[in-house]
Amino acid sequence: MASSTAGARRRVHLAAHFPGVNNTTVWADPRSGSQIDFASFVHLARTAERGRFDFFFLAEGLRLRELKGRIHDLDVAGRPESLTVLAALAAVTDRLGLAATVNTTFNEPYELARRLATLDHLSAGRAAWNVVTTSDAFTGENFRRGGYLDRADRYTRAAEFVQLARTLWDSWPPGAVAADQESGVFVRPGAIGEVRHEGAQFNVHGHFNVPRSPQGHPVIIQAGDSDEGREFAAATADVIFSRHGTLEDGRAFYADVKRRLARYGREPGDLKIMPAATYALGDTDAEAAEHAAEIRRQQVSPQTAIAFLEQIWGRDMSAHDPEGPLPDVEPDLEGGVSQGRVQVADRAAVVARWRSVAREKGLSIRDLVIEMTGRQSFVGSPQTVARQIEEFVTAEAADGFILVPHLTPGGLDDFVDRVVPLLQERGVFREEYEGVTLRDHLGLRAPGRAA
Amino acid sequence: MTDHLHLAVALDGAGWHPAAWREPVARAGELFTARYWAGLVAEAERGLLDFVTIEDGFGLQSTLDDGHDGRVDQVRGRLDAVLLAASIAPLTSHIGLVPTATTTHTEPFHVAIGIATLDHVSQGRAGWRPQVSPRASDAAHFGRRSFPPLDPAALDERHVRDLFEEAGDAVEVARRLWDSWADDAEIRDVATGRFLDRDKLHYIDFRGRWFSVKGPSITPRPPQGQPVVTALAHARVPYEFAARNADIVYVTPRDRDHAAAIAGEIRGIPGGGGTVRIFADLVVFLGHSAQEAAERKARLDELDGAAYDSDALIFTGTAEELADLLLDWRGAGIEGYRLRPGAVPYDLKAIARGVTAALRRRGAFRHAYEAATLRGLLGLPRPANRYEEASTT
Repeated sequence: MASSTAGARRRVHLAAHFPGVNNTTVWADPRSGSQIDFASFVHLARTAERGRFDFFFLAEGLRLRELKGRIHDLDVAGRPESLTVLAALAAVTDRLGLAATVNTTFNEPYELARRLATLDHLSAGRAAWNVVTTSDAFTGENFRRGGYLDRADRYTRAAEFVQLARTLWDSWPPGAVAADQESGVFVRPGAIGEVRHEGAQFNVHGHFNVPRSPQGHPVIIQAGDSDEGREFAAATADVIFSRHGTLEDGRAFYADVKRRLARYGREPGDLKIMPAATYALGDTDAEAAEHAAEIRRQQVSPQTAIAFLEQIWGRDMSAHDPEGPLPDVEPDLEGGVSQGRVQVADRAAVVARWRSVAREKGLSIRDLVIEMTGRQSFVGSPQTVARQIEEFVTAEAADGFILVPHLTPGGLDDFVDRVVPLLQERGVFREEYEGVTLRDHLGLRAPGRAA
Repeated sequence: MTDHLHLAVALDGAGWHPAAWREPVARAGELFTARYWAGLVAEAERGLLDFVTIEDGFGLQSTLDDGHDGRVDQVRGRLDAVLLAASIAPLTSHIGLVPTATTTHTEPFHVAIGIATLDHVSQGRAGWRPQVSPRASDAAHFGRRSFPPLDPAALDERHVRDLFEEAGDAVEVARRLWDSWADDAEIRDVATGRFLDRDKLHYIDFRGRWFSVKGPSITPRPPQGQPVVTALAHARVPYEFAARNADIVYVTPRDRDHAAAIAGEIRGIPGGGGTVRIFADLVVFLGHSAQEAAERKARLDELDGAAYDSDALIFTGTAEELADLLLDWRGAGIEGYRLRPGAVPYDLKAIARGVTAALRRRGAFRHAYEAATLRGLLGLPRPANRYEEASTT
């Protein structure tokens, strides 16, 4: 171990994102495996654990996406219920953290808190919850209350939800279960606290029925990027899953979020910032660049290029040749053709930018979409990628990365085989797990019990 | 083959007797670990049992009908049963896994994809025991509805009917969601750039009194097509719920005649009563002699300070005697049993080793697993998809 000489070096944290329901995931490649067979999840999780990753990460999508009023059929779709598949993975992994993205809008605190505490028990302290919010009436059509939540209340509900979950987790103190066969005391007298919560979003009275889990509280991850989202993360999260891919953006975001922590009596180390990152490797940087371009072309099929254009323009574009020039068609500023994904915020400005790039570089529709959407975060030889990752962490643009491979299930194999050993050699990444729980891996303290 | 009984075991904490955790062999300190449960199910699988069920609920176990009793001398607390079943799936290969999941306060969509996922991770061994949650104390954990305090002596008939009607809707939603993807919906057609054939995905458009669910599922069709739905029932309303919605109903006869009467009543329920599999629940305390078994129960009763009582018949005796009883009731229309071990691991081992051996000697139990899915073990065919033309399947 190089830890004695590397005391001053900042350590990198890594997580593995199971390839998602979007066009980042290439399904047309002959090596592309099943998105739903448990074997795919086992492969990626075991690869991540072999690479000594901090955690494995699953995104959420509670309704199949639609384009032009019909189910979007171009990208991979179909996924398991996250906590259920993570519980199964807990049985076939030993140290890897297990993170599920779960919505606060279409769940209730008592139920979700006990499912998360259960995962923490079953994994002996490796559970994490990526807290997301939505107010989407489209998704709401699959749930009891429909699209009930006002957009402005998303974080109000999320904050109250997390606070209540923590209250429930804290209602059993450590050591409440005595299980003393001699004296006949299973649970220490008075140990199970009564919960009385009355708030704007929830009224919950009674007793939690899961004993305190190994981590006390599962690790809380937060992914929002708005001012409200950052504040929420500074107040409550252990990890931020951010989207700031460049060094400058990353440094600004990092400084901003860490600055907010003091307001909540927290130290900079209490919140880890881990942007999503894609990558392409090659024996040389030139080879990697070629490989990266190939992947981007696979990610943007001709049909996907048109679908992207339709989302940006807000109208049907199916009559146009994806390999031909960008047509002189005005966007539908009021329109919208997609459901179940983030909407284009300022359509006119985005269209103007796309037009100017197409004109400047003389790009076809497909090449334009590749240019505007597909760029990998890290492209290079293993040495280059390892150096870049260390640079980001050293420059305080990130504490680590959530890697998003483009292939299921083997998409991380090359990274773990070729980049991880270099990070270990540089003394910035663990050679062996040093602790047992995910909190140990991330260097997080045990959660305090609420007063 | 067809002469074989189906045998399941119902797992709950350290066993069904509230003092079971105090048996020295009970591993009471491990009740909330994955290893404990994996060990129990491995034992059941060695005995070639059809499946295990796992209890669940949204409140602390209690000696009261409704609400926390404050007792510290019995097991309190339990893990989510669906997740527990999922964690056992990769460590087992043939036995069915049937967790309880409540229909009253949960989202039918979440439950449906949870069970579908259990079927995927177990490669076709998932079942589900939907359960209603009538208690006021459970409802207060959600704060969305308020129920009257539960009093079994004075049940509010409309409340009960509503809960089971809602449960029926939840099962209907789950069944539709499980079928909302055709088996061949994923096409990966490079020529057209399509991953999915959207004509093979179906909106379920369920509209009911308690919820509406649009669909389709986000989870592809489970390996079994339809995971096995099972329900415990003690009276007319739940019998009807089970007959119409479940593949297996667990009933609680006091004796052979009662078993025949219950089976007759269920068989007469239109819309499923004729085909639902009827299993009887029994709590069992086993021993090398009938006296030893009775003494085991008596010793636990003394520790608990009360004689253990149950909704199901409590059997104390030898494995041979139990095997005779199981075969005797078969003549009354009982096709299988869900045995609730009084104390774990003792009674679980006695079931998985002794009772199965006694049944085999009578030619009434399997010598090896004959199928890889739970439906296969139960002799249930993989059902056609309700949304697909018969000609395309």
